[in-house]
Amino acid sequence: MSISTTPPASGLRGSVQAQRLVRRRLNRIDRRLNLVLRMLAVGACALIFVTLVALVFQIINDATQAFQREGFGLLTHSAWNPAEHQFGAWPLIYGTLVTSVVSLVLATILGVAIGLFLSILAPKRLAAGVGPLVEMLAAIPSTVIGLIGIIVIAPFVANHVEPALHGVLGFIPLFGQPPGYGNSIFTACLVLTFMVLPIIAALTRDIFTTVPQELIDGANALGATTWEMIRGVVLPTTAPGIISACMLGFGRALGEAIAVTMVIGGQTVAHLNIFLPGDTVASRIAEQFDSPVNQLHLSTLYYLAVVLVLFGIVSNVGARLIGRKMDTTRQ
Amino acid sequence: MSTTAPITPASAAMPDPTYALTPTGNLRRRLIVSRIVQAGALFAAAIAVAALVLMMVVVAVHGIGALSLSFFTSSLPLEGSTGTAGGMGPALLGSAELVLMAIIVAVPIGVLIAIYLHEFAGARVYWVIRTAMDTMNGLPTIIAGVFVFSIFVAGHSFSGWSGALALAIVVIPLIGSSSLEAISQVPRDLYDAAEALGIAHWRTVVGVVLPSAWGGILTATILAVARAAGETAPLLFTSSLYPQTVQINPLHGIATVPMEIYTLVEEGYQGGVQKSWGAAFVLLLFILIANIVARMILRHFQKKRGL
Repeated sequence: MSISTTPPASGLRGSVQAQRLVRRRLNRIDRRLNLVLRMLAVGACALIFVTLVALVFQIINDATQAFQREGFGLLTHSAWNPAEHQFGAWPLIYGTLVTSVVSLVLATILGVAIGLFLSILAPKRLAAGVGPLVEMLAAIPSTVIGLIGIIVIAPFVANHVEPALHGVLGFIPLFGQPPGYGNSIFTACLVLTFMVLPIIAALTRDIFTTVPQELIDGANALGATTWEMIRGVVLPTTAPGIISACMLGFGRALGEAIAVTMVIGGQTVAHLNIFLPGDTVASRIAEQFDSPVNQLHLSTLYYLAVVLVLFGIVSNVGARLIGRKMDTTRQ
Repeated sequence: MSTTAPITPASAAMPDPTYALTPTGNLRRRLIVSRIVQAGALFAAAIAVAALVLMMVVVAVHGIGALSLSFFTSSLPLEGSTGTAGGMGPALLGSAELVLMAIIVAVPIGVLIAIYLHEFAGARVYWVIRTAMDTMNGLPTIIAGVFVFSIFVAGHSFSGWSGALALAIVVIPLIGSSSLEAISQVPRDLYDAAEALGIAHWRTVVGVVLPSAWGGILTATILAVARAAGETAPLLFTSSLYPQTVQINPLHGIATVPMEIYTLVEEGYQGGVQKSWGAAFVLLLFILIANIVARMILRHFQKKRGL
């Protein structure tokens, strides 16, 4: 018997020659559609890249008028009088730094503790129940948190927490005489803590589960207590990851506008007393951007937006650079 | 042990069987420190859970009272109105419309980005696009609103579609990174089998990879819907002026729930604040249910894959 003349099992019907023609056409179509898919995917990536670049350029462009007029003096002066073309954003930057740093410190302490609890200390069933609850804290929208802040938290803080803190720690100028109403930097710090806390908790929980089991077992075998094991093995190996998570949380706190603007009181003064109102960069943009009194005012607000973008980029890039030591899933 | 009654003074009685296990001195101190730290961690977790529960309870207590049929169907209260007339109907409808528009734009783009990063990108391009996506992820949401305002709204009017665009900018990085994770988890042998069968690359992606990653992509979409429904800052400068009645034309401003909550709270009248509690309750319920559903779907698909 010579070469078998059974047609190839290609699923097409007809003579071998007809099948070959159809197969060739389908191959052409496949090659074209491969190209179409690649073009669509490239297009999508180009789209977001272009969007990001356009965003930075457009905002810088709109801020040039203010930058030419005020230069870096905007960041050091303190008077904010749009009608008289006087713009000083130092109190805003002060407020941003104070609220973000305080909420970062509080959220880090609580968040790392919760991360340890969920990954190492808690029994599996409890961790499986509490973990989603902590993540849902992150899903609460900022307007709702602002609403709770201004109507529930602010009066409570003004009537109970601030007098108590002033009574105990009043010798520190940071905790000066509370003014009696709740809109203050302190309330903004509390609100921001609750927004940053779930980010740090969820990220550190994931990081702590990547610690190699042999290191933990080794510490336990050497007779370390649980805390000694955490302090000696878990925390040192995950330190870059924890710092990276903190920087991401810090970026979130720096950029939060809505919840802060609802509780902070909107005054352009940099008090040392955290019970007095103040303002942050993002919150000022949220308040005044849709009703600027003149063109310079609008341009100054774009200038503030540039500052905000810089904050966001620095914290993100910092988080990625530091986190690269911990990143084990990179392609 | 001994069963005879002791005949010596009581302090020399039956020896303590647990003596060897009771820590003393240094070990006792270390164990106490460890227990204190564990209690502290438990306390921190309790604070977080208590905060969540308290917030939900506060919103529920204040908000349920405002819910009624007229709440869901009436037009928005007039600006500066001090009474209790009006409801949230147009805002609920508008939120649904804007979120739908944002998702329709964001999901294809996000999934395509994930496909590119996984299938086509070299190491350097991967790094560049990934950095761009992470930067967009960490961008303050108000900047998205400022950007869309600057290009599309300045000189024109507020519009629904610019609000949807700003929401899409916020949501695309989320969908992109989640889809990338989902696509990365498709097992390598599926690719090899498809190649062995002579299937073209696009068919492999569309017919094999996407259906396998479908669970992760769906979860990411639901979480993106929850996120977009609650965002206010992108809408502040793109879709914040709207009429009191139902308005679904995307060429003009469209009311949304978070925007209306913000407006009513900033005005501060009792009736308006009451309505905003009701709106906050509805919004929070929606977001929490969406989160729970997304989690259940993820677990279902993980079980199907045998994890």
